Amino acid sequence: MSEAQERTTQRQDNEREPIIRVEDCSVVFGRRAQQALEMRRSGKSKAEVERETGSTIGVLDANFEVWPSEIFVVIGLSGSGKSTLLRAINRLIEPTEGKIYLDGEYISEIPSKQLRQVRRKKIGMVFQHFGLLPNRTVLDNISFGLEIQGISAEKRRKSAEDTLDMVGLQGQGNKLITELSGGMQQRVGLARALATEQEILLMDEPFSALDPLIRRDMQNLFLDIQGEVKRTVVFVTHDLDEALRLGHRVAIMKDGEIVQLGTPEHILREPANEYVERFVEDVDYAKVRMAESVMVEPKEVAYTGEGPTVVLRRMRQAGLSHIFVVDRERHLVGLAEAEEVARLVERNERELGAAVDEDAPRVGRRTPLREVLPLFVDDGDAPVAVVDEGERLAGVIVRGSLIAGLTTSTEPSEEGGEDFSGVGNREPSEVGSGDAVERGRQG
Amino acid sequence: MMALLQSVPKLPIDNWVNGAISWIIGHFGGAFDVLNSVIEGVVSLLSFVLTAPPALLMIVLLTVIAFFLAGWRMAIFTVVGLLLVVSLGLWSDTMLTLALILAATTVCLAIGIPVGIVAAKSRRLEEVSLPILDLMQTMPAFVYLVPFVFLLGLGAGPALLATVIFATPPAVRLTMLGIQQVPRETVEAAHAFGATPMQTLFKVELPLSLSSIRAGVNQVIMLSLSMVVIAGLVGFEGLGKPVVTGLQQLNVGLAFEGGIGIVVLAIILDRVTRGIGRGGKTSKA
Repeated sequence: MSEAQERTTQRQDNEREPIIRVEDCSVVFGRRAQQALEMRRSGKSKAEVERETGSTIGVLDANFEVWPSEIFVVIGLSGSGKSTLLRAINRLIEPTEGKIYLDGEYISEIPSKQLRQVRRKKIGMVFQHFGLLPNRTVLDNISFGLEIQGISAEKRRKSAEDTLDMVGLQGQGNKLITELSGGMQQRVGLARALATEQEILLMDEPFSALDPLIRRDMQNLFLDIQGEVKRTVVFVTHDLDEALRLGHRVAIMKDGEIVQLGTPEHILREPANEYVERFVEDVDYAKVRMAESVMVEPKEVAYTGEGPTVVLRRMRQAGLSHIFVVDRERHLVGLAEAEEVARLVERNERELGAAVDEDAPRVGRRTPLREVLPLFVDDGDAPVAVVDEGERLAGVIVRGSLIAGLTTSTEPSEEGGEDFSGVGNREPSEVGSGDAVERGRQG
Repeated sequence: MMALLQSVPKLPIDNWVNGAISWIIGHFGGAFDVLNSVIEGVVSLLSFVLTAPPALLMIVLLTVIAFFLAGWRMAIFTVVGLLLVVSLGLWSDTMLTLALILAATTVCLAIGIPVGIVAAKSRRLEEVSLPILDLMQTMPAFVYLVPFVFLLGLGAGPALLATVIFATPPAVRLTMLGIQQVPRETVEAAHAFGATPMQTLFKVELPLSLSSIRAGVNQVIMLSLSMVVIAGLVGFEGLGKPVVTGLQQLNVGLAFEGGIGIVVLAIILDRVTRGIGRGGKTSKA
């Protein structure tokens, strides 16, 4: 590292400035804004204010800072003002009061021409329903932001293609948006925001419109990409699981106010008030998560028709106490225990059949963990098979992976802490709270 | 009760309108003469272009267009229909009517689309324009036809103006509807990436409201056609003429022939304009 570089790094560490600073930001929809704010501040509820003034308070006195490369999650129920707060940052919704600084620049009162430059150069955005242009191809959608900036078609194409690879849509650049599934469309939405290379990324419930399995894939993809590009992200969601998984810090909103702000761990351990507590309580991992999220690849399987000696040898090599028996199409037949197999070998049996327990527990891919749990209590340390719709073996759940799956999200990560300054240094994959199983499968 | 109603004074609206018309004629008569000659000039130029080639060549040309935009069935209909028109001796009348419709449609769209765009964005203009559009569509054509004849004389001038008044509203309405139907997030996305209002309009809003605007164009043309007989009443030659003459002379056959010409033209224009801009893309999707 050169001296100059070293100095830069040092400066960044010592005098790090927040990249987004929001001070006393309030947004009121309706005419009697000042009156509404005063009433709300003097303790009336949001509903009362609405009834008396006809104005809706979207956001009330929001204060927070976001640090470079941080993922800052804003979470709340619908109507809590989280999307409004997000839009106040790039002034898609004009704040009624308060100051917003981006990168030290005061943007609350700059004229629209200058604001457009800030939006082009500093803040990208991803939308819940994608906000893509259905009349254009994937590539033309991705390069939309660049096109707005008047960048030449050739450069646009090049950078759009690079981004296309980044989000895993290689070779799909010339498809029309309407030909893609929801998950694929949001990849395009993400790519569009990445192509313009702004430092800040605003994400408005980007994965909420996707089905749960694809949502998880997209979260992983997002974390992978964020690990490379290290943007500063403000991420809005109503899904606590998602917030805890992605966020370095989480702000919980209720009726337009930020009721608690802190690391995921902080929020789970010390809920600031009853509201947060109830919000957090609702996350029962055993209910939310499904069998397939904790299953692992079986190390080895046995096939019907194989002899006991072969199977026993394979089990010893892989260090397995149990092995699942499948037919040639991978349909699950049952479970064999090492002791039973060994007994067959002693008796010189040719067939594995007698050792196979066909009633061994099996669950579907989408069985909630709540229903998986009791199986381990009854059956000791035998693994549970996860089968797909066609009763084919999709994976196995062993005691270890189940426990990891149940505890990860409540124990975010060892080095998490409440020290915000460390936030930028944490690897995004760790932020996802080290779902050991997921990582093991990917690695 | 009746006595009470009779005591409501009569507003002299009729006098006001008459006064206004003669005032306009007195002060702006010259301007209207110019307008009239411009309209006459444009329409006769168009009809000259349309009638310049031999009828058979035009039929071939229109058939090819119909084939590409509306398929082979429509191409066959075009050939048969237009040959029928030729055999009825209405070819030049048909082309004259087509010229009027092309001119009127151009004017309608040139006014209607921009007004629709602005009205889609301005709540106030929307509120003002909706009753005016209703008025334009429901006020009987005969009411404004007479002042137009006062102002412009007989012929293409009043015919075109009356057509424009009657046929512009769908262009405004459907443009407005189309733009208002563009998903809010898509427009927000354009803003969020720093698009200027013009960029938002041309890169997002107009492309995404194209199918609605296209329906508007189709409606404008259809409504223009329905004014052909009114145009005949104010002395515009064309397919309206035989209908009007037929009515005056109680010659049902003659009026019927004119009617056939209008129907043939209407069907061809309708199907062909529905196909415009609807290339391979949408049929694939």
